[in-house]
Amino acid sequence: MPIATASQTVGPYWHLMEDPSWADLTRFGAQGEKITLTGVVLDGDGKPCADACVEIWQSDPPASDSFPGFGRSNTDSAGNYRFVTVKPGPVAGRGNAQQAPHIALCILSRGLMRGLVTRAYFQGEKLNETDPLLMSIEELARRGTLIARPAGAATWRMDVRLQGEGETVFLDI
Amino acid sequence: MNDPTSFRPYAPGTQPPYDAPAYLGTVKRHPKQKLHPMPQTITETTGPSFSPSHFPPLVDLTMTTGKPAIGERIIVAGTITDEDGRPVPNTMVEIWQANGSGRYDHPADQHDAPLDPNFHGAGRVFTDEHGGYRFLTIRPGAYPWPNHRNAWRPNHIHFSYFGPAFATRLVTQMYFPGDPLLAFDPIFHAVPDEHARNRLIAAFDLDLTEPDYALGYRFDVVLRGRGATPMEH
Repeated sequence: MPIATASQTVGPYWHLMEDPSWADLTRFGAQGEKITLTGVVLDGDGKPCADACVEIWQSDPPASDSFPGFGRSNTDSAGNYRFVTVKPGPVAGRGNAQQAPHIALCILSRGLMRGLVTRAYFQGEKLNETDPLLMSIEELARRGTLIARPAGAATWRMDVRLQGEGETVFLDI
Repeated sequence: MNDPTSFRPYAPGTQPPYDAPAYLGTVKRHPKQKLHPMPQTITETTGPSFSPSHFPPLVDLTMTTGKPAIGERIIVAGTITDEDGRPVPNTMVEIWQANGSGRYDHPADQHDAPLDPNFHGAGRVFTDEHGGYRFLTIRPGAYPWPNHRNAWRPNHIHFSYFGPAFATRLVTQMYFPGDPLLAFDPIFHAVPDEHARNRLIAAFDLDLTEPDYALGYRFDVVLRGRGATPMEH
């Protein structure tokens, strides 16, 4: 039986395949509540990662001709990624569970041999209190690393700490 | 509602760890905490689809300006299958690489080797219905990097794959057979399992090679398979 091919780092030159327009998931005319999702990616010394590739995928709203569901943003010289997208609604979970609105993120960069997967939830959503993944993270401070917070008009901020104090919860999917 | 079928966990030792200290870049970037386990949901078992109409293919990296790039022209082809041997059709593959001198057309690459005005080094192909893909490029050169004294990256091409789901996303590098630098490369050696590591090395293929034109290399890739459950029909 063949096994999956091994991952290798995306390296510092992945921008050769970058199309900056991909960071705007509304570029094909998507309907819905338009939001900005942004944040900084920091390393174990708290220094910004300025060469990272952040990818997002959301299963709600469903992907269509007007909404790709997938986006890719570089991090700028201050380590910031930035997406414009449509705010997701609740998503079906396993069994009869319902998941709170969320966006999946994958961080790829030099120094990461594999992508790191996490999620952005939205502060203040009622469903956060019953979301199966959030509830499975016992330590409240760690759970909080997955919650994006309001940061201005229609803007949500979720910082990603790769290592050390305040380290983001990364997911084994 | 039926639960989505999950993708299988990776076989032990076949994927590199995040903490791979011989590759210095990992030291401050790998998480110290264990990854948090979670069952896959439709967020993980679905993924983006890319159509060639929105994302135009670029299959000949050697002639992007109308003039030939400098270096050894090569053909790279192979198939993308899943862990059950099923082809992965109509999936997008992204490609990027250094030029024949070992220099990326990228502002962060300051290696003192010439840029080639006729080679950018980025491509995009889609697999056919049998999971097959093929593109033309220039064999990339080796280049130095600051990981340790006299560190050189082996010749390699970067690949990005999507497959059917967010959970099948894969970014990797293809190497060339017989490259003496592979023995010293901490990125290649970060994959613990020797067999899994060596599958990152393309095979020279005389059948892919075209007379009087270009050598052919075969690089087959396997993406995660869905776990079989008796509930599925």
